[in-house]
Amino acid sequence: MEASKVIHAIYTDDDVLMNAVKKVKTARHHIDEIYTPFPVHGLDKAMGLAPTRIAIASFMYGCVGLTVAVVMMNFIMIEDWPQNIGGKPSFSYIENMPAFVPIMFELTVFFAAHLMVITFYLRSRMWPFKKAENPDPRTTDDHFLMEIAVHGNENELTNLLKETGAVEINLIDKTH
Amino acid sequence: MYTFSSKLKSVAFALMIIGFIGVTYGFLTSNKSFTEVETMLAAESHHGEGHGEDTTHHVANAEDSHASDTVVAHDDKVGHEADGSHSHTEVDEHTKHVNHVMHAMHKRPWAALYVAAFFFFMIALGVLAFYAVQYAAQAGWSPLLLRVMEGITAYMLPGAIIVLLIAILSGLIGHYGLFVWMDPDVVAHDKLIQGKAGWLNITWFGVRGFLYITGWYLYRHFSRKFSIAQDEADDNKNFVKTFRISAAFLVFFLYTESMMSWDWIMSVDPHWFSTLFGWYVLAGMMVCGITVIAMITIYLKSMGLLPKVNDSHIHDLAKFMFGFSIFWTYLWFSQFMLIWYSNIPEEVTYFVTRFQDYQLPFLGMVAMNFIFPLLVLMNSDYKRIPWFVIMAGIVILCGHYIDIFNMIMPATVGDQWSIGIPEISSIFLFAGLFIFIVFTALTKQPLEPKRNPFIKESEHFHY
Repeated sequence: MEASKVIHAIYTDDDVLMNAVKKVKTARHHIDEIYTPFPVHGLDKAMGLAPTRIAIASFMYGCVGLTVAVVMMNFIMIEDWPQNIGGKPSFSYIENMPAFVPIMFELTVFFAAHLMVITFYLRSRMWPFKKAENPDPRTTDDHFLMEIAVHGNENELTNLLKETGAVEINLIDKTH
Repeated sequence: MYTFSSKLKSVAFALMIIGFIGVTYGFLTSNKSFTEVETMLAAESHHGEGHGEDTTHHVANAEDSHASDTVVAHDDKVGHEADGSHSHTEVDEHTKHVNHVMHAMHKRPWAALYVAAFFFFMIALGVLAFYAVQYAAQAGWSPLLLRVMEGITAYMLPGAIIVLLIAILSGLIGHYGLFVWMDPDVVAHDKLIQGKAGWLNITWFGVRGFLYITGWYLYRHFSRKFSIAQDEADDNKNFVKTFRISAAFLVFFLYTESMMSWDWIMSVDPHWFSTLFGWYVLAGMMVCGITVIAMITIYLKSMGLLPKVNDSHIHDLAKFMFGFSIFWTYLWFSQFMLIWYSNIPEEVTYFVTRFQDYQLPFLGMVAMNFIFPLLVLMNSDYKRIPWFVIMAGIVILCGHYIDIFNMIMPATVGDQWSIGIPEISSIFLFAGLFIFIVFTALTKQPLEPKRNPFIKESEHFHY
């Protein structure tokens, strides 16, 4: 459903951008994407994006990590090669559990953190050697870029964006 | 301006009166003589079933477990050698057991009163530290809540004086109901306590307590004064002054809080020590303090008195409740694991007592203070729902009361613990006093510090 023509409006300030987003939304235009050099607080809500589900994913990854730690320590220290832990050779997981708590904690955090980052990359369609989708390298420095699809309302959009304080408005033809 | 509603005022007075009656009853009924305890125990063991099992368990454990027991046993051994005329020399197992139960019963109302007094005092002190952090960090989100915090810290001074008075009186008139090191008879036969006598003696204990309280009160007095003066000022001079004294107070507080927790809590087990005990107590007091800030804020907001406080403020307080609950667990576990792992007799007895005689409160408290807030407050949407925060807060407060209970009771009443009339009425008594003092202080000044330099940021605070 991608439009063949898009407008790139460039801003130089995040507050101006936030107000522009609100104006564009109230004028009932759909914002395709916004490229910013740093995360802008509240931008996702202003754009009307669905709330992230990464927290739920993170919780589940944490549970996986906890389970891995329990199963792993039970196998290593209790079943496969029972060890005398601090003079407590009870050979029972539950009785030696306090000694394993740091490992359970660390693996929970490890799994939650790493898998969450990987999930985030994949969900954002980023992987090694991927060519950047960034339309303007200045957005990695100090510029903010708003991309809006054009459906024959080019002039109306241009005027609206000028009003919102865009420093530069470019019409881009996406059909190569 | 907030006016103390007559409904809440009567609740506070009712709590105080019921609590006072209960506490008096606890003290009057605890004063059982040797024969009374003997017949009571005999009746209990004839009862059969659970009670009989309990008493045999007591006899078996009379020798080991908690500190005052070891002190008494030690006492006897030394008595044989050093002091031939000592009255304890010919005690048989039965007399010893009855004596042990009788002493525990005498100590119980003191300990119950002390636990509740300390619990409510610790809320106010935790809030005072949190308040100082807001100024020292120049926090922009919290100024709308500063007056609520000032209201709660009004309880700090009376609360601290009450705790110190109970501690000292237990040594002067209370048959050493809380601190065995106050008993000259025990110290005379205990080499370890003799070695600590330079620190652990009633005079120096009282002087230290006085110094801590004076320092905390001076900060509370001047920060409150500057905060009120700032309302009418044309510049930020008062704020800058509070910023400076807050930084200084935090340094003073971290030292004195640690020493206070050794003095007022850890020394009930004078043989045992833990190097991170001060931190552990601090974590508990911060959770309770922030929980009470959240509860009172929600209460005042529900009456339409804090119109500018939005759900992002509640969200942030709930985040702190969540975070400090985890921090508390971290310290609780660090203290436990090192001692459990090294298994040195003089250290591990502390946890042996708790696992043998206090299993339910000791492990139940971990569920209430860690697992419950972890699961309930993890979701960010739930942190914005007022009744959810209140419910989580009630469980956290109960959990931390039990935490203090577990710190004091094993060394005082030992295996004779229970949560009955003395404990619950002590909670009522101090809860009533706390509500009365805090809400009276809230009526004194407008609830919004209107010329705080960060007030605009706080009004627009949005997570």
